[in-house]
Amino acid sequence: MAGLEKSNEPLKTEMRSESLLGRTQQVFFSLDNNEEKMAQPFAYEVDFSKSAEIDAEDLNTRQINSKLKHLLTEGYGTITIKNPGAKHSIGVGILNRLNLKIEGSLGYFGLGLLDGPNVTVEGRVGWSCGENMMSGTVLIKKNAGSTFGAAIRGGDLVCKGDVGARTGIDQKGGTIIAGGNTGAFSGFMMQRGRMVVLGDAGNNLGDSMYDGTIYVGGKIKSLGADAVESETTESDEKWLTDKLTLYGLVDKLNLSTIKKVVSGKQLWNYDSLEPSEKKLVL
Amino acid sequence: MCGIAGVIHRDGSSKIGEEMSFMLQAMKHRGPDSTGFALYCERDNIDSEQYVMRMKVAETHEAVNGYDIHAKMEDRIKSVQSRLSELKVKVSEVEKITEYALRYTFTCDGNLRQLANYVEDIEGVEILSIGKGLELVKDLGDAKVVSDLYSLKSFNGTHAIGHTRMATESDVDIRSAHPYWAYPFADVSVVHNGQLTNYWSKRRELERKGHRFMSSCDSELIAVYIADKIEQGRNLEDSMLQSVEELDGVFTYLLATSDSLGMAKDTMAAKPMVLFESDQLVALASEEVAIRTIMNNEIDTSDPYDGEVRVWQA
Repeated sequence: MAGLEKSNEPLKTEMRSESLLGRTQQVFFSLDNNEEKMAQPFAYEVDFSKSAEIDAEDLNTRQINSKLKHLLTEGYGTITIKNPGAKHSIGVGILNRLNLKIEGSLGYFGLGLLDGPNVTVEGRVGWSCGENMMSGTVLIKKNAGSTFGAAIRGGDLVCKGDVGARTGIDQKGGTIIAGGNTGAFSGFMMQRGRMVVLGDAGNNLGDSMYDGTIYVGGKIKSLGADAVESETTESDEKWLTDKLTLYGLVDKLNLSTIKKVVSGKQLWNYDSLEPSEKKLVL
Repeated sequence: MCGIAGVIHRDGSSKIGEEMSFMLQAMKHRGPDSTGFALYCERDNIDSEQYVMRMKVAETHEAVNGYDIHAKMEDRIKSVQSRLSELKVKVSEVEKITEYALRYTFTCDGNLRQLANYVEDIEGVEILSIGKGLELVKDLGDAKVVSDLYSLKSFNGTHAIGHTRMATESDVDIRSAHPYWAYPFADVSVVHNGQLTNYWSKRRELERKGHRFMSSCDSELIAVYIADKIEQGRNLEDSMLQSVEELDGVFTYLLATSDSLGMAKDTMAAKPMVLFESDQLVALASEEVAIRTIMNNEIDTSDPYDGEVRVWQA
């Protein structure tokens, strides 16, 4: 059965463009692209010098999100949400340029489906923060719950503290950064993009990842199926230094200990073998 | 889905009944079928000789719709009193909270297993808990309904666990509601969020050892499993660590004893739990909104990791 021997050597892995091709091609918001401006044809024109506050203490999620949308229609480009009280699903579906500051903590499913805003969260976020994010930046100053950045497609999702399990599950692009540790199954079924864990990574890191790159500064408890370590390159180091400088985390970066994890690409989806042959490979 | 919560005060007692009511009501959306509380009173107020027993003599729906049920409940209560007398149990107080829910205070020289078996032999009777500090209350409805019905808001104590239930694999009744008492061990109770996939094999194993199951709810297995470990002389933390290895499925559970509160999370970390710790108290809940109901100031919280077991003392 020539050619079916299992190899632990990773395929050639190096920095590559994150631009999507073929059927998955999409147009993302870009600050550098003045011609397209918002990218989203239905985005509101906002003025960043025009600011407003929402006190969420006595409001429910629907009321908070409605107020947020209303302020966008009036052209407010800088909005602060006070007293969010860990309520769920706040700031979901913002498809607009916006400076959003959240003074407190969010519950589950906060800041999902974003395309464009720059968000700062002073507190913590619960499960599934930044799910399906398309573009923009989210900076969380404390901890984050599980499934952080699930299926993220673009933008930077940054947590300065510890993050829970299944961080970046099904990640399809963009960047996820954890300043502390991450839980089990981080990078599970990752497809594209980059993840940086400056602390320790839990069990089964990168399990069944198709592609993408995971950098870990601390210990890796265990690698998942088909996740393998690879050599870091100069371009990796430059990218890490530049990206972490942006978010004030470069002090935690030790390039001499950083480990790079990529897909071994030995799983069934990378070959054209018959089912009976796949079993032999695995 | 279900929501679970726990709180333990490290610097004395508090209005634990009110706190747990607020926490569970904030998670009503996770399951309003039934709500349960396991409240632990101040140790200074515990009479070392005296036990408190919480029991029911019918299910809520039977009490409302059952044929001839009112007479049957009266007969059952008489039978309970008669059997307690036979066992030379000295009952000092009987409180009838609803037509079907009773609270007994008693002293007893015999063993609790024998007492529980004999009382539960009466048709329709189930002991919800026996303990010196534990008061276990559960009924249909959300936290406010149950808390008001059983006047829990005035309850002072050191720690508590609670559960708001979305029934998925067993009935909407008191029998299947949480918390579960770790029969026949005084003051041990459990609440759970998740599914145990080796329920039947573990249940048969424990039944062969003589343990009793009152429901077909998988969460009861955890209480019985822990009871079995205690019976073998294992301490709480060891028992919980072993449970993470032996119980299969996705789960997060809280366990309380007379002076401690424990938490265990499965190796997949598939069920949520948010933890807040300070020098004064430790609070845990399926959602942070629950913890926020008892904290006036901004707090820092975290998610316990996969396979993690923690125990805190009151």
